[in-house]
Amino acid sequence: MNPFMIALVLVLVSVAIAIIRVLLGPTVPDRVVGLDTINTLVIAGMLLFGAAYKEIIYVDVAIVYALLSYITTLYIAKYLQGGKL
Amino acid sequence: MMWEIIYIFLGIGVAFNMLGSLGLIRFPDVYTRLHAGTKCTTFGSIFICFAIIAYGLWRWYDGEKEMISLAIHTFFAMIAILLTNPTGAHAIARAAHRSGVKPARAVVDDLEAKEGEND
Repeated sequence: MNPFMIALVLVLVSVAIAIIRVLLGPTVPDRVVGLDTINTLVIAGMLLFGAAYKEIIYVDVAIVYALLSYITTLYIAKYLQGGKL
Repeated sequence: MMWEIIYIFLGIGVAFNMLGSLGLIRFPDVYTRLHAGTKCTTFGSIFICFAIIAYGLWRWYDGEKEMISLAIHTFFAMIAILLTNPTGAHAIARAAHRSGVKPARAVVDDLEAKEGEND
C-alpha cells in the first residue's frame, strides 16, 4: 500500500481528535485554536493526497488554502480582540 | 534506500501531527493548547513536505519528467506554511489575552502590566 495514503489516514485521525476540542472548547479562543490546527492538518493532508495520486493540482490547492486560512484566522483574531488590530 | 528516507520523514511528521492534536485535548488552558496545536503541527507539516520533496526529486531523477513540479510546488507550500502558521498563532494568542482569558494557574502576568502602562 502507498505510504502516503497511510500517513493521510493518520493525519485525518488527528483532524478527528482536533474536532473534539472544537466541539468541547469552553471558551471561544479554544475553538479558534482547534480550527487553526485543523487548517494546518488539512494542508498536510492535501499535500499527502497529491503525492499519493501524483496529482500536482492538489498541491496548488493546498497553497491557496494555506493563504486563505491565514486570512480567516487573522480576521477571527481581530474580531475577538474588539476590532483593533 | 530512498523509501527508507521517505519513511523516516513521514514517520516524524505524522508523529508530531498526532502529538499536536493529542496536546490540544490534554492541556489545561488556551495558551498551552496553542503551544501544542500550532508548533507541533508546523514542525510535522514541514517534515511531511520534506518527504514529498524527496519523493518528487527521486521520481524526477528516475526519469518521470513531470514530478519535478511536485517537488517545486510542495516547496512553495512549505514556505506558505512557515510564513503563515506562527503569525496566525501570535495573533490568536494576543486576541485571547485581550479578550480576557487568563492562563491557568498563572502567578505573574507581565503582558498585563506592560499593556496597562501603555494605555
